[in-house]
Amino acid sequence: MFVRGLKRKCFDGEEDIEGTLAGIKAIPSYNLQRQSLLDMSLVKLQLCHMLVEPNLCRSVLIANTVRQIQEEMTQDGTWQMINTQSTGQASLDRLVSTDILCRSSRDQAEEKHGPAYGTFNKDFEGDQAQDSSETMSTVSAVQAPRNLQNNVWEMESPQENKGNFQKSLDQIFETLENKSPNTVEDLFSEVDNSYYDLDTMLTGMMSNTKMGHCDSLETFSSPTNTASNSNCKSDLNDLDHIVEILVES
Amino acid sequence: ADIISTVEFNHSGELLATGDKGGRVVIFQQEQENKSQSHSRGEYNVYSTFQSHEPEFDYLKSLEIEEKINKIRWLPQKNAAQFLLSTNDKTIKLWKISERDKRPEGYNLKEEDGRYRDPTTVTTLRVPVFRPMDLMVEASPRRIFANAHTYHINSISINSDYETYLSADDLRINLWHLEITDRSFNIVDIKPANMEELTEVITAAEFHPNSCSTFVYSSSKGTIRLCDMRASALCDRHSKLFEEPEDPSNRSFFSEIISSISDVKFSHSGRYMMTRDYLSVKIWDLNMENRPVETYQVHEYLRSKLCSLYENDCIFDKFECCWNGSDRQVEFLPLIVMTGSYNNFFRMFDRNTKRDITLEASRENNKPRTVLKPRKVCASGKRKKDEISVDSLDFNKKILHTAWHPKENIIAVATTNNLYIFQDKMN
Repeated sequence: MFVRGLKRKCFDGEEDIEGTLAGIKAIPSYNLQRQSLLDMSLVKLQLCHMLVEPNLCRSVLIANTVRQIQEEMTQDGTWQMINTQSTGQASLDRLVSTDILCRSSRDQAEEKHGPAYGTFNKDFEGDQAQDSSETMSTVSAVQAPRNLQNNVWEMESPQENKGNFQKSLDQIFETLENKSPNTVEDLFSEVDNSYYDLDTMLTGMMSNTKMGHCDSLETFSSPTNTASNSNCKSDLNDLDHIVEILVES
Repeated sequence: ADIISTVEFNHSGELLATGDKGGRVVIFQQEQENKSQSHSRGEYNVYSTFQSHEPEFDYLKSLEIEEKINKIRWLPQKNAAQFLLSTNDKTIKLWKISERDKRPEGYNLKEEDGRYRDPTTVTTLRVPVFRPMDLMVEASPRRIFANAHTYHINSISINSDYETYLSADDLRINLWHLEITDRSFNIVDIKPANMEELTEVITAAEFHPNSCSTFVYSSSKGTIRLCDMRASALCDRHSKLFEEPEDPSNRSFFSEIISSISDVKFSHSGRYMMTRDYLSVKIWDLNMENRPVETYQVHEYLRSKLCSLYENDCIFDKFECCWNGSDRQVEFLPLIVMTGSYNNFFRMFDRNTKRDITLEASRENNKPRTVLKPRKVCASGKRKKDEISVDSLDFNKKILHTAWHPKENIIAVATTNNLYIFQDKMN
């Protein structure tokens, strides 16, 4: 698996450069990396709906990747649930994680996919606790992409497509707007950090990708609240146009 | 709008056509060889420029249709004029490029500027004669093949009968007759009844160079299907399926994406075909379906960077590949294959000697009329002098389109905005 191999590499690198403590903190778990990949893929699928018709090949490949991750997470998820049930301490962690998740769901009016984005909760430092919170989230995360997948390429029925697209976008809006801007920022900054650990190449690319995440936040949050990421150099004319089209439909 | 999106030599190699993102086609012509300058072949100069496609708006779907030229294919020359097919996402056009170097003068009823003369002032009659004028190259659209593709056209390919051609989009392939624009036949359709079940798309298609009923199409899952139009009207069942089994040791979440084939090209003889996926070029023998006969790694050092390349979308870049030119058909096997990479690098693989070379298309690093210096990318570890480390590669500088002169060792390499023409050193 690509991540396991890289994890070993990262560990070696970190040990040489930073102290042991810092090194341990910097290692992303396989589940975290996989979740990052899933989130990034979902964001990519949503960003497909621009002015020009989305590239179908790209959408299909991303959707297949999402499906692959889903399948693996479902298999792993089941395995994780069984594993944590066997130890008492683990069950305590699960209760804690449930509390956090419920707290976040209480804040939301109609919460559907909240837990999907609740995995990067900073309260959890321990690996196992993080695993169990991710376990709780996998079920809803599995539901989220399937819904989105339905909407990705029904291009031939534009009315229906617009309705579905608007619906799935609404879901994304709800999920994101109900978090505080800090959480959303943390969500994406966490992703960025984990990828910086994954491979520290292409510093030019990293700045570009940071912009990319900024772009997605701009698109999602502009109708609802003023984006906290004001340092993006995205083409504002394009974004205005996109928002116009989305709002009109 | 100056981003080059396709490059293609015509059948004689005298003309080189480029298409760009702004819908323009620019044709270059090779100068006739100067007998006194026997050390270099003719240079390529601009011959004709015209606007092939304009941006359109699909009102039904509220989406723009890009004017970007996806592909250009030349027809073999039949008379004084040249013909080419150019296509954007939705519409294919047949263009006639003709020269005009004479014009008639001495009409009886018209003045030289075109105004009509009063017939009563005509006292004598004369026969108009042709007089030479400055060369003018005109491009006129002769046929427009529209409204046959719901999805984005990725390939066009002219049949060896020179009467028909195919156009392929993500899910369908249509067969056209060059003379008929209001009808096309659908020969491949892989659209599932329920779009939610869609997992595979068509990425490229090409007619066999000699057999006019045979064509191939490649998919996003790394398969190539060879179809015979004599078998049925709708070629949904392939005659041959070319697929290499996956290497389990290299399996990752990105395996499928990097196996997606971005280009497929038959060899001149038609015995072999070449495919390009994200990291490699593969040569297939049409008689063997279960694996390629040769595989060349283009930039294997990117395999450990796939996650970042997925993040910035570079993993979806569609690189093309090409064979070297061949004077002799059928018997002579092409020896060199060429394809592009990042950092304005392009690669050539010699199939006989198994040697490969990396060259760079850049003005800063290469003076004109000097021999290109081979480049080397250092994957990991200590970087030698003159090597470039993977981390300093510029992923915005990509060479997606390359072309090889059909007869001589002249190549055209397109960076994002510039076209480079290289020739081999002559003694």
